Amino acid sequence: MNDKLKILFNGIIAENPTFVLMLGMCPTLGTTGSAINGMSMGLATMAVLICSNVVISLIKNFVPAKVRIPAYIVVIAAFVSVLQLVMEAYVPSLYATLGIFIPLIVVNCIVLGRAEAFASRHGVFDSCLDGIGIGLGFTIALTLLGAVREFLGTGKIFDATIYPEQFGSLVFVLAPGAFIALGLLIALFTKMREAK
Amino acid sequence: MNNLITISPSPHAQTPTTVTRLMLHVIVALVPAVLVALYYFGLGAAIVIVTSIVGCVAVEYLITRFMLGQKPSIGNLSAVLTGLLLALNLPSNLPVWMILIGCVVAIGIGKMTFGGLGCNIFNPALVGRVFLLLSFPVAMTTWPLPEVNRMAYTDATTGATVLSQIKMGVIEASDVNLMNSLLGNMGGSLGEVGAIALLIGFVYLLCFKVISWHIPVAILGTAAIFSWLIGAPVGVELLSGGLLLGAIFMATDYVTSPMSHSGMILYGVLIGLITIIIRQWGAYPEGMSFAILIMNGFTPLINRYMKPRKFGERRVAA
Amino acid sequence: MKSTLVNMVLSLGVITVVAASALAGVYTLTKEPIAQAKAQKQQDAIGEVLPGIEFNNNPAAEATEVEINGETVTVFPARKDGELVGTAVESHDNNGFSGLITVMYGFDPAGVITGYAVMQHAETPGLGSKMGEWFCDPAHSIIGLDSNTSNLTVSKDGGDIDAITAATISSRAFLRSLTLAGQASQQFATQQ
Repeated sequence: MNDKLKILFNGIIAENPTFVLMLGMCPTLGTTGSAINGMSMGLATMAVLICSNVVISLIKNFVPAKVRIPAYIVVIAAFVSVLQLVMEAYVPSLYATLGIFIPLIVVNCIVLGRAEAFASRHGVFDSCLDGIGIGLGFTIALTLLGAVREFLGTGKIFDATIYPEQFGSLVFVLAPGAFIALGLLIALFTKMREAK
Repeated sequence: MNNLITISPSPHAQTPTTVTRLMLHVIVALVPAVLVALYYFGLGAAIVIVTSIVGCVAVEYLITRFMLGQKPSIGNLSAVLTGLLLALNLPSNLPVWMILIGCVVAIGIGKMTFGGLGCNIFNPALVGRVFLLLSFPVAMTTWPLPEVNRMAYTDATTGATVLSQIKMGVIEASDVNLMNSLLGNMGGSLGEVGAIALLIGFVYLLCFKVISWHIPVAILGTAAIFSWLIGAPVGVELLSGGLLLGAIFMATDYVTSPMSHSGMILYGVLIGLITIIIRQWGAYPEGMSFAILIMNGFTPLINRYMKPRKFGERRVAA
Repeated sequence: MKSTLVNMVLSLGVITVVAASALAGVYTLTKEPIAQAKAQKQQDAIGEVLPGIEFNNNPAAEATEVEINGETVTVFPARKDGELVGTAVESHDNNGFSGLITVMYGFDPAGVITGYAVMQHAETPGLGSKMGEWFCDPAHSIIGLDSNTSNLTVSKDGGDIDAITAATISSRAFLRSLTLAGQASQQFATQQ
């Protein structure tokens, strides 16, 4: 059982996709203007990651080695398209905010990376746990980054006002602020990991 | 015993030039610009300059002393200079807390995260200014009018700069009184208004060989020629906005500009070009700070391909 | 697994077919809700820009395209018992600070602005993005102005409207699309 927990927590701290592996930087920087957007993006990616990990682990023995990457891509792309259609139908406002970044989950390095590095070598249950772990790590990182940017930029967290908006540094909501905030968070995370 | 021969590693020839001395020279060269700012903007200018210098020195002291546990490096005056340059890039009615945020960003993010003086890729004062410009665009783009606001601070009557008025199409470039631009009688950031004062500082720096002529002349020359080519008013482009202040005092920062003379020329030409391009076709009326920061990023590349010749080095015929 | 031509083609083929059929299934399932969500958004915007005006037709079903100076805008007429009581106009401008903005405006039959709703924009957060609240704030509201007689440009250009602080470009784009919508509404009304 300990092994299973280890797989689960691996993705959250030791191999956190954003702060340690530094994968999937495009949605990380692009969608974290607010905590809620960051969290939605993280959850959407997590959904795709779990599904694709499970399916790829199921089919890994039937796919010839030379065509495994195209096969994985087809699986991932199918799940992303399904997710996109479902979101457009049932949460149109969220779909409008995340926009182009939803279809871009296909090319998120994390998803293909985990398929290749983990799901194609492990069983279905382990792969599912890995998807949950990495997905959670990604969601936590994006939510944190979104919260920091929203807090410094507009004085709110999850739309709850902490201090008046006119004291916020707008740059954190804009693209340059994403880089600055991410850099500072990575530094902090590394420092904490080393201190352990 | 006095006849012992001292043996020490190189360098053997030393100059009295120290970091502190260079910083002091630049600060002295900025005095005329500071006086012009005080004359036109009075109280507000004084508050902004003092807050900014004190803020930058305090941030540097706190970071070196408590976060890094080193001997504070504020004695070399570089933080004072950063503070002064930051202040000269701000409007004179900026609230104290915004200036302090600018100081934290300039020293904390622009300088200390890269390892302190000599290691920073970007000019710290400009990092602070651009951060403030993007964060508080309203406060950073409403400038107090000169003369009428001597006793006012945040309650000053404000107006737009010459460049933004032209961009918005409120006035024509031919309406601009160039004499006012030379003296500094116009709205704008503290240090960018008085062209003559900045030129006096330039001459001072050249006389004491603190900077060479390459970068400022390349920037101003390119800006002049390029704006003439595209039919923009050359006088207005040169004398208004932060072009002079940036070309003389900020693009020439030792740490963030190329080392060789050919490199300096290339760097200056591109800064001049980017500034005018941003002014003409960009969304912002002024592009000097962005242009310098962009070229700061290219400086390592320029240094790699346009190396200065080492002392005594001779070109080997291939 | 060893790669041979047959098993490569076969496995990829099977995966693609399965993925495609799954997608087709989801598409059929979500087609209706997506169309509904879109129609709902348009309907909400029409209701929002024509506050207090009662109509009993379906403006979205009567959408008409009107061309003004080469730009095409969509007019949604609101009618009560067949009589025109107002128009909602979906207008746009390509020269916002970050390109296209799309706004829905409401006019009563005389041409007085009754409301607006920003449908789509990419303006800078905190500056141009304030257009959603700025122009209905009583201090500088456009609501209640007569689109035929008012000078719908920013005060810097000699018009009647205060631009959003530090976002003149966004304000200009907004007002250009408003002018376009006003002309379209008027042209549509005179054709009735």
